[in-house]
Amino acid sequence: MNIRLDLMIPELFLFCWAIVVLTADLFFIKEKKNILLYMSQFGFLAAAALVIFTPTGPYEMAFKWMFINDPFASFFKIVILLAGFMAVSSSYEAVQKSIEHKGEFFGLVIMSAVGMMFLVSSGELVSLYVALELSTIPLFILTAFQKRYLKSSEAGLKYLILGAFSSALLLYGISFMYGMTGTTVLIAGSINILQYSNSMHFGLVMALALVVAGLGFKLALVPFHMWAPDVYEGAPTPITSYLSVASKAAGLGALVRIIYGFFTVGTASDYWGLLIAILAAMAMIVGNVAAILQSNIKRMLAYSSIAQAGYILVGFVAASQLGLSGISIYIFAYLFANMGAFAVVVAVGHKLNSDKIEDYAGMARRSPLIAGSMTVFLLSLAGIPPTAGFIAKYKVFMAAIENGTLLWLVMIAVATTVVSIFYYARVIKEMFITEREVAANPEGRWILSSPITIAILVGLLGTLIIGIFPQPFLELASTVTQSFVY
Amino acid sequence: MQVGLVHFLSLAAILFGIGLYGVLTRRNAIGILMCIELMFNAVNINFITFAKFITPEKLTGQVFAVFVIVIAAAEATVGLAIVILIYRNFKDVFIDRMNIMKW
Repeated sequence: MNIRLDLMIPELFLFCWAIVVLTADLFFIKEKKNILLYMSQFGFLAAAALVIFTPTGPYEMAFKWMFINDPFASFFKIVILLAGFMAVSSSYEAVQKSIEHKGEFFGLVIMSAVGMMFLVSSGELVSLYVALELSTIPLFILTAFQKRYLKSSEAGLKYLILGAFSSALLLYGISFMYGMTGTTVLIAGSINILQYSNSMHFGLVMALALVVAGLGFKLALVPFHMWAPDVYEGAPTPITSYLSVASKAAGLGALVRIIYGFFTVGTASDYWGLLIAILAAMAMIVGNVAAILQSNIKRMLAYSSIAQAGYILVGFVAASQLGLSGISIYIFAYLFANMGAFAVVVAVGHKLNSDKIEDYAGMARRSPLIAGSMTVFLLSLAGIPPTAGFIAKYKVFMAAIENGTLLWLVMIAVATTVVSIFYYARVIKEMFITEREVAANPEGRWILSSPITIAILVGLLGTLIIGIFPQPFLELASTVTQSFVY
Repeated sequence: MQVGLVHFLSLAAILFGIGLYGVLTRRNAIGILMCIELMFNAVNINFITFAKFITPEKLTGQVFAVFVIVIAAAEATVGLAIVILIYRNFKDVFIDRMNIMKW
């Protein structure tokens, strides 16, 4: 047993910090609770710094295989922590206006980030399941956090029921993985499969289907996506942004661990590629087509994020080092663009009390910063150069083409990208071209609070820097995935 | 007749099926939460069975079942709290009333 607590320093720090934030809530009067926001921002940044200085490598493990701190895990931890930082920063207005229990709000966001960090570096099924629940249970509470707002409670109930239901499916699959191999360690399990592969065919296929269904709910892939638009619309907007990026990144990390670590050997290896490829195709088609029909920007971004998960899976199916580094750069680009877009939605929602796309009319005159950065974010989500989204899509599609058998998937991906430009461009058109008298809030220039400006600027800089100077980021993405075994 | 692995697994599968059916058909939010608990307990039977028959010398399955029980309890706590919240806002807990948001 190798108890290497030094590998877990970022998680342990962040866990303690969540309790510090919760406790600090008691010591500040109502007018000074903003300090909690700055404390949580500091917590996320400090944890990210600690992740960078923690030793990483394919053999840096704690508690046998329970906690693997390879570069891949560190990379995903940075993504999760940046998402947490930006979500907390963009929550300034929402917290002032409609969140009553501020200490619990920030404490739960941090706690859920701890769960996600454990999730992406778990190499064993017990720790994976516990980490998954640690990351989702706080999110149920956060979704239902605006107590007097009917949509928020409804979203909370829907998320809770489908979240619990999906973990039951996942667990049933995990119980078969354990039953077939006699161990909960993923690597040891795959070795056992290699030895006795033929006698466990049915159990493995069943486990694969259940695990993919369970994680598919967390990632909002298409047959399992119905909760996503409702939850994204009802939840407080900063939480929506956190859900759409951090929880997706963490779920993807878990999917990579389970599928690449366990199902790529033996008889189930013939099935998972096709299964995930079909899920990816459906996510891209349904997500993009449904997004066209939306009039609420949060719902539109919800469907767009379903489609983005599909594009990420295109790289996942490629099952190569190129594909995995494509996924990494994609999730990085998606982080900045989506968090930035949601920060803009928070800012506009605060000023106008509306999430309707048509109320974005004339945004370019009201606030050039908002209109300009929103344009960059949407172009990046659509994958248009010179933004990060273009580089990411390019890498993912290249990986799938090099795989050889996935040309049909790439063709669907490219076709749906063209569809997606339609609804992203509609928002841009409203902001810059539409001349309509908007009754609500006719005041001139907007002044934004500094935390939310930071969130928007981080998103803007990230999107543009990756888009214009992609080389260091591509190198980073390929080094973090080098040590991974397929 | 000896009661063996297959019998226990079948029991778990039947329980899981009942829970799954209940989640998909019940209208009452509390009923749905109960059916989800049923699914978790089916999983627990699976774990204990595999621990007994596949790895009798190790405790992994039992330990996993204990973790599942604890986390299911935590989930039920949050779930019931949210159901109370729903009751305060909607004045009942039937999920076909939860249709403020569509499409």
